[in-house]
Amino acid sequence: MNDNILLKVDGAPSLEELKAAGMLPSIDELKGRGCVCIECIEEIPCNPCETSCPQNAITVGNPITNLPMIDRTKCSLCGLCIPACPGLAITIKSMDGESARIRFPWEYYPLPGKGEIVDMVDRMGKVVCKGKVLAVSNSSSNNRTAVITAEFPSAFIQEVISIRRNYG
Amino acid sequence: MEEQNCMNGRIEKHPILGDLTPVQEVTIYFEGKPIKARAGEPIMAALLAAGVGVFRYTKKGSPRRMFCGIGRCTDCIMNVDGLPGVRTCVTEVRDGMKIERQSGVGIWRVSDSEGDMHGER
Amino acid sequence: MERDNKPAVVIGAGPAGLCAAIELKKAGAPVILMDENSKPGGQLFKQIHKFFGSREHKAGVRGFDIGKELLEESMTSGIDVRLNTEVVGIGQGLSIWAVENRTHAYTMDAAKIIIAAGATENALSFPGWTLPGVMTAGCAQTLINVHRVLPGRRVLMVGSGNVGVIVAYQLLQAGAEVAAVIEAAPQLGGYGVHTAKVRRAGVPFYISTTVAKAEGVECVEHAVIVKVDSKFKPIEGTERMLDVDTICIAIGLTPSIELAGLAGCKMIYVPELGGNMPLHDEYMQTSIPSIYVAGDIAGVEEASTAMEEGRLAGIHAAWSMGFLSEQEMLAKTDIARQRLLALRQGMFGFKRLSAKERIVLQGKSR
Repeated sequence: MNDNILLKVDGAPSLEELKAAGMLPSIDELKGRGCVCIECIEEIPCNPCETSCPQNAITVGNPITNLPMIDRTKCSLCGLCIPACPGLAITIKSMDGESARIRFPWEYYPLPGKGEIVDMVDRMGKVVCKGKVLAVSNSSSNNRTAVITAEFPSAFIQEVISIRRNYG
Repeated sequence: MEEQNCMNGRIEKHPILGDLTPVQEVTIYFEGKPIKARAGEPIMAALLAAGVGVFRYTKKGSPRRMFCGIGRCTDCIMNVDGLPGVRTCVTEVRDGMKIERQSGVGIWRVSDSEGDMHGER
Repeated sequence: MERDNKPAVVIGAGPAGLCAAIELKKAGAPVILMDENSKPGGQLFKQIHKFFGSREHKAGVRGFDIGKELLEESMTSGIDVRLNTEVVGIGQGLSIWAVENRTHAYTMDAAKIIIAAGATENALSFPGWTLPGVMTAGCAQTLINVHRVLPGRRVLMVGSGNVGVIVAYQLLQAGAEVAAVIEAAPQLGGYGVHTAKVRRAGVPFYISTTVAKAEGVECVEHAVIVKVDSKFKPIEGTERMLDVDTICIAIGLTPSIELAGLAGCKMIYVPELGGNMPLHDEYMQTSIPSIYVAGDIAGVEEASTAMEEGRLAGIHAAWSMGFLSEQEMLAKTDIARQRLLALRQGMFGFKRLSAKERIVLQGKSR
């Protein structure tokens, strides 16, 4: 039924599984202005990513179990899809030489502060490098899903997915 | 880094539910000890927030606290204002309420004058 | 159709019951909504995560916000909501036996009854399971999201279905630590996006693993987990000790069919949907004419399907009471059924869809 072995055994997808589902952007796509990364690789009925995009750059269509497809020519990188995804599966990544950036959803207390040095983690929650928080957005239109922008060494751009969860 | 919760186990700050809104405080008594509780909450919550680890003991001395939390399993029963077998997960606190641990099924007192049982209060 | 003076009685004010009552009230039918709790909403107010589905399923809206909307709608439409009211029996001729505030009992005759009593969490027994600190995942969820109290500091979650994984995430949001999520099967049960959120928070998942025992004097001090083979038998020598003070059990739910059974409804055994449940047709009618079921009592699914099933039952009941034309009933129930179909798609939904199709096929020919 399922080719996503690591996802169903360890809880998170491997880079190979993401690539096989067409959900792993290439380094070229991540360079420069960067791109949206949607890590949604199972067919479940869900389409807020599609309805949240003001540019109609994300397509789920009918049936709504279809995996989302991104038209990168239409995407303005506004980031509205990041807090819209109920699965918190969307990030926006970009890289410029040695430095990379990620905009990702965050639903924990406390929110990190701008300028704070943080631990960047991979999909298994393992700390892979340090990063710096550049911006934190938690406007009411996010519906309580904050979006954090962090900068980190670009060598880790494919691994990094979030910051470490502290237990307070 | 900022602490999310106070030592007593109350979730003061929550990323989705927001800050805990202050409500009227009531005082309940657990084994004679006064405990501050939030008006409208079930006894179970107030005792848990106050750090009470055991709600009752079985006939054989086995400790119990809660299991389903929703009124169906009767694990959380305690003696409330003299009546045993009260489900603390679905019974709201009231100012002055007296709560005691019961042993086994507890002690059931029948009213002398009428000889009938009062319902849970 | 001759209109009946008697009201429709909806038992259970969770998402299914609320939606059923709202449809009946919208059609102008007399309806009474009863719930044993002091607040309506069922499990909806504990769901602080954003729902899936499409816009018409309220995708992207948090469970408790949907709950608030439903409550507001029920209040503005003036539904007679009776809280702290336990329905303890359903007698011949559709008579309801209710107990209010645990002290005052009364009976009343209903024109239609919609039982939306939900489901009950399953228990798992193992040495030490009675220790303070062992509880269901739903109990932990109620404590953290409704009562704003932590059940403990460090939790072992037993069961990796959506309930276990979502509550594990909510425990993290509440400020607790989750030591691990374990699953007896050789693959995780919940949605990948749910497990991924928990995994990147550093919580490990262990498949083919179950809890062997809980140890402690007055409460849980640690848990012993053990690997199991393909027949779910513990493998000697694979025991591991975890330092936890709380063990949450999330191994599934079973429909709460007591009232339906008392009323004499025929049951059907459906393991994919939680076990024994009342047989029903495509309008949620049981084997007893005028008694309907909706929501988790009719098979454990989710809040979105509960709402649509409630609407289905409410619309049909309103028509059979003479408050909707057949045309309106057919049109409205068709919409609800289309929405249900959309929710029961994909790798997780198709099993539920085929189970429901099986039920309705048998239910239609009662």
